[in-house]
Amino acid sequence: MDYSQFGAMLPELIVLGIFLIVFLFDTFSGEGAKKALPSLTTILFALGTVAIWIVPASAEPVFGGMYVNTPACNAIKAILNVGVFIVFLQSVKWVDSESMKIRRGEFYELLLVTLFGMYLMVSARHFLLFIIGLESASLPLAALVAFNKKEYESHEAAIKYIMTAVFSSAILLCGLSFVYAFSGGSLYFSDIAVALSIGETSGLLLVAIAFVLAGLGFKLSLVPFHLWTADVYEGAPTSITSYLSVVSKGAAAFAFFIIFTQCFGAVYSDAWEWMLYAVIIATITVGNLFAMRQKNMKRFMAFSSISQAGYLMLGAVADSSLGLGSMMFYIFVYIVSNLGAFAVIQTIEYQTGKLNMDDYNGLHKTNPWLSFAMTLAMFSLAGIPPFAGFFSKFLIFTSVTGTGSMALYMLVLIALINTIISLYYYLLVVKAIWISGDAPKIESFRSDGASRAALWISVAGIVFFGLVPYIYQYCIDSVMASQDSILSAILPLFVG
Amino acid sequence: MFGNILIWFVIIPIIMMAGLGLCRNSNMKAIRAVMVVCSVALLGLAIWLCCDFLRLRGMGDESEMLFTGSWMWYAPLNIHLAVGVDGISVLMLLLSAVIVFAGTIASWQINPLPKNFFLWFALLSTGVFGFFISIDMFTMFMFYEVALIPMYLLIGVWGTGRKEYSAMKLTLMLMGGSAFLMLGLLGIFWHSAPEGGQLTWNILEISHNASIDPSWQNMLFCFTFVGFGVLGAMFPFHTWSPDGHACAPTAVSMLHAGVLMKLGGYGCFRIAIFLLPQAANELAWIFIILTGISIVYGAFSACVQTDLKYINAYSSVSHCGMVLFAILMLNTTAMTGAIMQMLSHGLMTALFFALIGMIYGRTHTRDIRQMGGLMQIMPYLGVCYMIAGFASLGLPGLSGFVAEMTIFFGAFQDSDLFHRIFVICACSAIVTTAVYILRVVGKLLLGPVHDEHHRQLTDATWWERLSTVTLIVCIAGIGCFPNWINETIQHSFQPIIAAIQGAI
Repeated sequence: MDYSQFGAMLPELIVLGIFLIVFLFDTFSGEGAKKALPSLTTILFALGTVAIWIVPASAEPVFGGMYVNTPACNAIKAILNVGVFIVFLQSVKWVDSESMKIRRGEFYELLLVTLFGMYLMVSARHFLLFIIGLESASLPLAALVAFNKKEYESHEAAIKYIMTAVFSSAILLCGLSFVYAFSGGSLYFSDIAVALSIGETSGLLLVAIAFVLAGLGFKLSLVPFHLWTADVYEGAPTSITSYLSVVSKGAAAFAFFIIFTQCFGAVYSDAWEWMLYAVIIATITVGNLFAMRQKNMKRFMAFSSISQAGYLMLGAVADSSLGLGSMMFYIFVYIVSNLGAFAVIQTIEYQTGKLNMDDYNGLHKTNPWLSFAMTLAMFSLAGIPPFAGFFSKFLIFTSVTGTGSMALYMLVLIALINTIISLYYYLLVVKAIWISGDAPKIESFRSDGASRAALWISVAGIVFFGLVPYIYQYCIDSVMASQDSILSAILPLFVG
Repeated sequence: MFGNILIWFVIIPIIMMAGLGLCRNSNMKAIRAVMVVCSVALLGLAIWLCCDFLRLRGMGDESEMLFTGSWMWYAPLNIHLAVGVDGISVLMLLLSAVIVFAGTIASWQINPLPKNFFLWFALLSTGVFGFFISIDMFTMFMFYEVALIPMYLLIGVWGTGRKEYSAMKLTLMLMGGSAFLMLGLLGIFWHSAPEGGQLTWNILEISHNASIDPSWQNMLFCFTFVGFGVLGAMFPFHTWSPDGHACAPTAVSMLHAGVLMKLGGYGCFRIAIFLLPQAANELAWIFIILTGISIVYGAFSACVQTDLKYINAYSSVSHCGMVLFAILMLNTTAMTGAIMQMLSHGLMTALFFALIGMIYGRTHTRDIRQMGGLMQIMPYLGVCYMIAGFASLGLPGLSGFVAEMTIFFGAFQDSDLFHRIFVICACSAIVTTAVYILRVVGKLLLGPVHDEHHRQLTDATWWERLSTVTLIVCIAGIGCFPNWINETIQHSFQPIIAAIQGAI
């Protein structure tokens, strides 16, 4: 075996390396030295992120074509890393708390393993490797969800999460076994694509694709596979909730795009175009309608993240380089906006234990900076300029309408009408903070340095990365440099 | 980039926000200083731009847009930050600068949270100025939305009455309009060049290419016209306007009715009609009916209201309807009238709202049934109110007369029965306007003093005088010297008229 092939897996190696260092440090260091664990991990992780960001991807398929780290895959890994970095910063205070102290090593180890699994999901070009990635991304997460071991809700959430994860994996595997039959005994993405492009579309293929869609839909919490989301988000520790809502979702969305365009691209209009339309419309609408009624901030964010996943999936409809690039940019913007909101929710939860929207009444009087950050995050999630969320939404809508069919215009119209509904409930938070209530329920406090740093990074991302097109350009460039999307109908558009 | 004068219309409000960010919330003097310096700078810049523009036109520069500049922004989609002005935008910038200045002065004693108030106010003005300087659809749309969202907080936090309901209603309705608008813009973009050509967001290039398929034009025209029409308070999408204006604080009402509603008219003109001339010819009749209803219905509704702000809000629906109505006549005279009406309505309605705010600040009621004889108590405010009223009902010598005269003159040029009937119906609104204006003037200002407690009230303070005088001077200026306006905008209609005639 040619061991130099491992050189192509630089991002995975970096994460694995950090995992080993954390593991060994946690095992062999004394009680006093363990205090340094959070900062050590965070710093190492920051360095690793920078390395992934600047070292160009090798883009050579290795291990017989099972794994490839194209520039686009590398870019999405770098983007996910930004999210994980912010989550690490947010959770420094939490892992130092009394009940967490002895388990803080586990927190970082489990989290890094799930990240490793997501990397494999992104880079896999063979379903076996993909399933390995999917499972190692799912199972440790269940342990993380149950991390507040003295709380009943946390357990309940973990059980729900593990049940749905296993169930969805089973459905996915069932679908894959059908696909295996169609492809004539291969699980390579490229072989499946070739087999499907010459074969007939049959009812069984529709079932197979629907099963794969459902399996991934659970990860992405697309409607109707979303029922676990709100309870799990509510019960999990807030750091884990924020991780689940952005990083896990971003990786799954990218993997979705790769699998569906590369394996099933040939039967797009025959088999799964309408499925995707239906799922997107349902996801956006149902997520929005339920979010309007939520009082608990974590449940609120859960439904908001369901509807955001629907917008994310619009990038897959376009099935083009532009769509993939816009989707990656959307993931980045969603990461900073959502984590900005979660940073505020989490800080308030740790300081005061309050989680209801009513508790935020009059927050601007006691905590003006937190109020300001929350307002910006809400505006960005709602897609209001000049914040980044506007740009990501606009760009993804642009990419969808590019193919020019009337059905897609109608799809965008439905999505746009839904942005108005979402604006309503995001404004409810803004209203609670700035308008409602005379007596603030939350005392004035000063949060810890790390979570303030996390908040600052998120706010900077929200304010600058819409106005500065750097990240978008980076996404598009990396997509252009790799052959991840099969259709390139929109390519003549690219200038200079 | 910074050498272009137009960019400074956006940079100054940003400096304003940065300056406010440095002030402390309790330090009223510093906040006022930042606001006054920056709004005076904006006013100066607008006047200077106007003079420079006239100088260049005088030297025989006949290009469609002057002071153009274009900088690549989102390269993969060919999105530029493209700026440029013609006579219409120059006047709109001037109008915005005047009203931002007057609004700043009028909210001299805003309370609570003065810093946050002006922060959102400055963001609102960034959007307004950015919209008028843009000739790239994307930047235009972005600035348009930037101008909408601060309204929510401005009304919600500093408003009066049913402010939460009104703020939410206004924001959602306007954003709903902009959802349609966005779809229209995307459609225009994807058809902006002939097969194989470079797609573009630049308005001038799109109109030169003229490549939008007629079958698409109709749909896109409806989307864009309705999208902008919502902000122009077109029937039946006007319902945000009375509630929103009634609950907004003074300066916000001024800016919103004075400038923001003009964004709607300007957008209809610049995007819907200019870029989609074929559809404009074909579908104008639908919107003529709707705007005709706005004019008449707004005027009649104003007659029965008892709240001063509601009266004025419905009168705005009527007057802004007239702007859209005139634009849809698709001829030079009526369009000239539309631009004049935008200026006139912007100034006079800002004056109205400023005065209502000042009266309300004293009497703590806006119900005309509970006030009377204010002329004896506060003669200065009373006289100003009368001037605004006369401008509104079209007294010669003030701006309203010039605008409405030109509109109906132009509108009557179309000789078919349909247009004639609607013009005559719209003309009837002039009479109705006189009814509701005189009713208010009679009840509010003249007659015996209704409430003896009002006798202790004081007349205008210096900053109130400064704010109102600025606006009155402009109103009289337009009324007495309309030719100046005409000269500024006369070249602006050639491209649009050519596009419409080319489409026939």
